[in-house]
Amino acid sequence: QKTKESFLSKIGRAIAGKSTVDAEVLDNLEEALVSADVGVDTTVRIIERIEDRVKRDKFLGTSELNRLLQEEIANILVDAPQTEYRDFEIPPGKKPYVIMVVGVNGVGKTTTIGKLAYNFKKAGKSVLLGAADTFRAAAVDQLTIWSERVGVPIVKQPMGSDPASVAFDTVQSGVAKGADVIIIDTAGRLHNKIHLMDELSKIKRVMNKIIPDAPHEVLLVLDGSTGQNALEQAKQFTAATEVSALAITKLDGTAKGGVVLAIANNFKIPVKYIGVGEKMEDLQIFDKVEFVDSLFSLKN
Amino acid sequence: MFESLSERLEGAFKQLKGEGRISDINVASTVKEIRRALVDADVNYKIAKEFTDRVKDKALGEKVITAISPGQLMVKIVKDELVSLMGNTEVEVDLKPNPTIILIAGLQGSGKTTFSGKLANFLKTKKAKKPLLVAGDIYRPAAIDQLQVLGSQIGVEVYSEPENKNAVEIAQNAIKQAKANGNNVIIIDTAGRLAVDEVMMTEVANIKAAVNPQEILFVVDSMTGQDAVNTAKAFNDRLDFSGVVLTKLDGDTRGGAALTIKYTVNKPIKFVSMGEKLDTLDVFYPERMAQRILGMGDITTLVERA
Ligand SMILES: Nc1nc2c(ncn2[C@@H]2O[C@H](COP(=O)(O)OP(=O)(O)OP(=O)(O)O)[C@@H](O)[C@H]2O)c(=O)[nH]1
Ligand SMILES: Nc1nc2c(ncn2[C@@H]2O[C@H](COP(=O)(O)OP(=O)(O)OP(=O)(O)O)[C@@H](O)[C@H]2O)c(=O)[nH]1
Ligand SMILES: [Mg+2]
Ligand SMILES: [Mg+2]
Repeated sequence: QKTKESFLSKIGRAIAGKSTVDAEVLDNLEEALVSADVGVDTTVRIIERIEDRVKRDKFLGTSELNRLLQEEIANILVDAPQTEYRDFEIPPGKKPYVIMVVGVNGVGKTTTIGKLAYNFKKAGKSVLLGAADTFRAAAVDQLTIWSERVGVPIVKQPMGSDPASVAFDTVQSGVAKGADVIIIDTAGRLHNKIHLMDELSKIKRVMNKIIPDAPHEVLLVLDGSTGQNALEQAKQFTAATEVSALAITKLDGTAKGGVVLAIANNFKIPVKYIGVGEKMEDLQIFDKVEFVDSLFSLKN
Repeated sequence: MFESLSERLEGAFKQLKGEGRISDINVASTVKEIRRALVDADVNYKIAKEFTDRVKDKALGEKVITAISPGQLMVKIVKDELVSLMGNTEVEVDLKPNPTIILIAGLQGSGKTTFSGKLANFLKTKKAKKPLLVAGDIYRPAAIDQLQVLGSQIGVEVYSEPENKNAVEIAQNAIKQAKANGNNVIIIDTAGRLAVDEVMMTEVANIKAAVNPQEILFVVDSMTGQDAVNTAKAFNDRLDFSGVVLTKLDGDTRGGAALTIKYTVNKPIKFVSMGEKLDTLDVFYPERMAQRILGMGDITTLVERA
C-alpha cells in the first residue's frame, strides 16, 4: 500500500517557528518540483512568482504558502475549452466525433484507446475503433483484443497496409454506421523521424476528405515517467498534427508526470486524461487540483 | 526552447576568465549551471548535486594556465568524471553456461519484447547460438503474438503456453524444452510491471528463483526522467540484475537516466537499443553516452569559443 506524506507538511515542518518563507523553504520547493520532472526553467519561473508574492505580502505563513503554491501551479495548467465534452459527452454537431491518438513508442496509446472506448460505451455512445498501427508486431491483434474486451467494433486491414487507408476506411464506415465516436490508433514513432511524422500528417489529412473538421481531437499520449524529452515530443507532434489534448499514462507508479507543467507552460495544450493502470477502468478525467497535490506527495 | 548547455555555461565561464586558479567563489555559478544542465538532461536531481560537488572538489585549486581556458578545464573535468562514472570498459553477456538463461525485466512499454527479439537475433547471427525465446508475459493483450511475430522474422523458435496463467511454470517448462531441443541460450521475456506492484514484483522474483538465470537484464527507456532512480533501485533490490539495456536511443533524448541508474545501482549498461528493427542493437559506449548527456556538440563549440 502506498503511503503518502504531503510535501507541504514537510515544508510546514521546515519552517515551523518562522513567520516567513525563506531560502531554505524555496530550496525544498525547488527540489520537489524538479524531482517531479517539472524541469529547471518552469521550476525557476514558479519560484520567482512565489518570491515576488513573498516580497509583496511581507508576512507569509505556511498555510498561505500552500494556497499560493496550488494557485500558481494550477494557473499554469491550461483548461480544456468549454466546447469540448466532459464526462464522455460529445460536443453538439460533431457526430461522429473522431479522435486520433498519437505518441512515441510504448507510451500507452493502444491501452488508452481501449479505456476510452470502454468509457464512451459506458456513457451510452456507439464506438468504432480503427487499427491504423499496421507496423508494430501484433499491434492489430492487440487492438482487436481490446475491441472484444470492451465489446465495440473495429476496422482493420492486414499488417503492413497503408495506415492512412485504414483511417479513411474507419471514418467512412463510422459515418455509414452512424457511430458516435471513432478512435484511430497509430503506430508509435519517435518525433525526430521526419518520414514517420509526415506519415502521421497524411493519416490526419485523409480523414477530412470524409468529414471536413475530422479529426476533431488529436490526443497525444505521454508516458508519465518521461523526463524533459516530453517537451520535444509535444512540440514535434503538434507541428505534425496540431495536438489538441494530452493523456498522461502510468501515473499509478512513482513517477509524477510533472513535465506536463512545462508543456502547459510552453504550448498551452490541456491535459484531458490520466492513465492509472492497465485495466479498462483505469482511466480518469484529469483533475488539476488532485494533480498539483500529487506533485507534492511522497509515494513509497 | 531548450537553452543549450553551451549558452548556459558560457555565461558562467566568463566569470572564470582572468582568474589564476579555480576557487570556491569563481566556481560556484559554473557548478550551478552544470547541475541545471544535467537535470535538464534528466539526471536525477540529487545525483546531479552529488556529481557536481565531486566535480567542484576536483576543480578547486586547479591552476588556470593560459594555454587552456578555465572553461575548457571545467569541461574536461566534468567529462572525465562522467565517463569514469559510466564505466570505462565494455561488459559482455556471459554465454559460457549451456544453456545460458537470460531473464528480461522492466517497466511497461520500455522495450523488453523488442529487445528480446534483438538479442536473440544478435546471438544467432553474431555468436552462432541457437536461442529459444520464451513468452513469459501472460497479461498484455497479444503479447504472445507479438513475440511470435518477432521470432518468425528472425527465424528463432518461440516457446509459449497460451492457456497457462503461471509465468513461473512456463519458464520452467521452456527450459525443459530447450534442453530437449538443444537450444543453448534461453531468453525469457516478461510482462511489464511497476516497481510498486508487489504482486508483479514477486512474480518476477519467483521466476528468477525457479530458473536461476545467469543474466538478468533490466530494460529501461532512455527517455525516463527523475523516477529512474526509484525504478532502478526497486528492481535491483528484488532481482539483483546483472546489466542494464537502454532503449529508444534513436530519439533525441539526452539520456540522463543512464547516469542516474549507473550511479544508483552500479550495474553495467550492456546494450543500447536504437530502433524498432531487429538488427539495431549496439553495445554501450560510455564515452558517447557522456557526450550525449552533456550535449557534446555544444561542448565542442564551447571549447572553441571559450
Ligand atoms: N501501469 C500502467 N501501465 C500502462 C498504462 N497504460 C498503458 N500501460 C501499459 O504500457 C504498455 C504499453 O502500452 P500500449 O498501449 O501497448 O502502448 P502504445 O503506445 O500503444 O505502444 P506502441 O503502439 O508499441 O507504440 C502495456 O504493457 C500497457 O499495459 C497505465 O496507465 N499504467
Ligand atoms: N524507436 C524505437 N522504438 C523501440 C525501441 N525498442 C522498442 N521500441 C518500440 O517501443 C514499443 C514498446 O516496445 P515493446 O518491446 O513492446 O515493449 P515492452 O517492454 O515489451 O512492453 P510491455 O510488454 O507492454 O511492457 C514498440 O512500439 C517498439 O517497437 C527502440 O530502441 N527504438
Ligand atoms: Mg499501440
Ligand atoms: Mg512486452
